[in-house]
Amino acid sequence: MLTDLLGIPPQVLFGQLMLGLINGAFYAVLSLGLAVIFGLLNIVNFAHGAFYMLGAFATIFITQYLGIGYWGALIVAPLVVGAFGAVIEYFLLRRLTGVDHLYGLLLTFGLALVIEGTFVKMFGASGVPYPVPEQLAGGVNLGFMFLPWYRAWVVVASVAICIATWLLFERTKIGAYLRAGTENPKLLQAFGVNVPLLTTLAYGYGVALAAFAGVLVAPITQVSPLMGSNLIIVVFAVVVIGGMGSIMGAVVTGLAMGVIEGLTRVFWPEASATVIFMVMAIVLVLRPAGLFGKTA
Amino acid sequence: MNTKVNEKELGGSHVSERIRELRIQDLHAFYGEGHALHGIDMTVYRGELVTLLGRNGSGRTTTLRSIVGLIGRRTGSIMLKGEEIINASPHVIAHMGVGYCPEERGIFSSLNVEENLMLPPKVADGGMSVEELYEMFPNLAERRKSPGMRLSGGEQQMLAMARILRTGANVLLLDEITEGLAPVIVDKLAEVLIELKNRGYTVVLVEQNFRFAAPLADRHFIMDHGDVAEIIHKDELDTKKHVFDEYLSV
Repeated sequence: MLTDLLGIPPQVLFGQLMLGLINGAFYAVLSLGLAVIFGLLNIVNFAHGAFYMLGAFATIFITQYLGIGYWGALIVAPLVVGAFGAVIEYFLLRRLTGVDHLYGLLLTFGLALVIEGTFVKMFGASGVPYPVPEQLAGGVNLGFMFLPWYRAWVVVASVAICIATWLLFERTKIGAYLRAGTENPKLLQAFGVNVPLLTTLAYGYGVALAAFAGVLVAPITQVSPLMGSNLIIVVFAVVVIGGMGSIMGAVVTGLAMGVIEGLTRVFWPEASATVIFMVMAIVLVLRPAGLFGKTA
Repeated sequence: MNTKVNEKELGGSHVSERIRELRIQDLHAFYGEGHALHGIDMTVYRGELVTLLGRNGSGRTTTLRSIVGLIGRRTGSIMLKGEEIINASPHVIAHMGVGYCPEERGIFSSLNVEENLMLPPKVADGGMSVEELYEMFPNLAERRKSPGMRLSGGEQQMLAMARILRTGANVLLLDEITEGLAPVIVDKLAEVLIELKNRGYTVVLVEQNFRFAAPLADRHFIMDHGDVAEIIHKDELDTKKHVFDEYLSV
C-alpha cells in the first residue's frame, strides 16, 4: 500500500486528509461568500471573519434564548446575520460606491475590529464551547480511520450549500442578474433591474454564507470573538488563488487548499501553516487573475 | 399623464395634434468637472423617429445617457410621457417604457445569447415575443446557446436590439447601432427600424451614418458643442444640405 511505502500509518494519512477536507469545506463556504460580495460590490470584505464569528455566537444565543437548538440555528443564524449584513451594506457600504476599493477594505476592516472588540468586551477572548448535536454524536470506524459523524456532516453541508449557490448563479434569473451586474451594473440598472437592491441582497447572502460556516464550526471549536480573524487571512489567500469574484474558483480552490494543507501536515508539518500562501505566491506569478479568474 | 399639444411641426406647414413622448428643456450634464451638455431643448413626439447627428464629442451619446439616468450630475428637465424623470433612478426610468441600446452594445460575456435576450425585465405590455424576435433576427435563433461575446459585431448588435424589443419598451434610445457593421447588416437594421416605426415605437437614434439615417427619420437634431444647433425636418433635407455640410463634415 502507498501508505506502507511512505512509512505513514493510514490512520494518520486519512485522518489528516479528512481534517483537510473539513478545513477546505470552511474555506470553500467562506471564500464563496467573499467571491459573491467582491463580484457585485467590488469590495474586499474584511469583516467576513467577524460575520463568521457572529454566526457561531448566534448559534449559542439561539440555542440558549430561543431554545430551537442547532438545526434551527442552521437556518435562523444565517438569516439574522445576513440581514445584519444587508443593513450594513445599505447604511455604510453603499456610500462607497464608485470610490477606490481601498475605502471598502478599510471600512470593513474597521467594522471587523468594532464587532470583534465588542464581543471580546462582552464574552472575553477565551471562547465558549458548543456541544455536537446529539443526532450527529459519535462516528463510524471505516477500518483505515475513524470518521466522526459531525465532521462528515460538515463536509456534506458545505458542499451542498456550494452547489446550491452555484445553481443559484448559473441556473436562475436572479443569478443571471448577479452575473450581469458583476460585469456592468449601470447598464443592468438601465434595463430596469433594481441594482442597489440586488447589491444589498448579494451582500446579505455573502454574509449569510459566512454565518452558515460559523454555525457549522460551532460544535467543533471554541466559539471565540477572534475565531474569524484567525481564519480570514487564509480565506483571502484561497480567494486570490481561485480568482477574485469567481464562484467556481472559490469552491474548488477552497476544498483543494484544505486537502493540500492536510497532506502537507503529514509530509512536511513545518510548512503546513504556510503552504497555502506559497501556492498563492506561485499562482500570482504565473496567473495573476487566479486559477479561475478572468484576465482583463 | 400624457401631454397632448397642438403644435406646428418644425419645418412643416400643417398643424396636427401630437403627443409629446419626450420633452427635454435646458438640460445640462456634467462628467466630474467637465460640462458636456449646455442647455439642450428637444421634443420628440410619440411614434416619431428622430436622429441626433453630429461630430464625435458633440453630446449625442451624453444626451441618451442623460435620458436613461446614467449621467451622475444633470440639471434641467426631462419629461417622459408627461412625468419628470430628471431625478429618477435608471431602473425606474426603464420601467416607464424606455429601452436603451448602448454604443458598445453591452452584451454580457458571462451570459449566452438566450440569457442576454431574456435578461431585461418586462417594463410594459406589448413586447415582442422571443419567436417574433428570432424571426426578425434568424442569426440569433441559430446561436441561442452561444456565449454573448462569441457573436460577430452584427449579431451582437441584433442581440442588443432584440433584447430591448422583448421588454415592451416603446421609447427606444439607440446609440450608433450601425457602427462598424457590414452593409448587409446595416440594411437589415434599416428594415427593422422601418418595421418598428410602423408599429408605433418612438425612436431616438444617435448616428454618424447619415445615409442610413436620412431616409428613416422624421426629424434630425444636429448637435454641436453639447447643444442642439439645428433641427431639420425630413422635407428639408435638400434645401438644408449646407447645414449637414457645416456640422457633419470632418
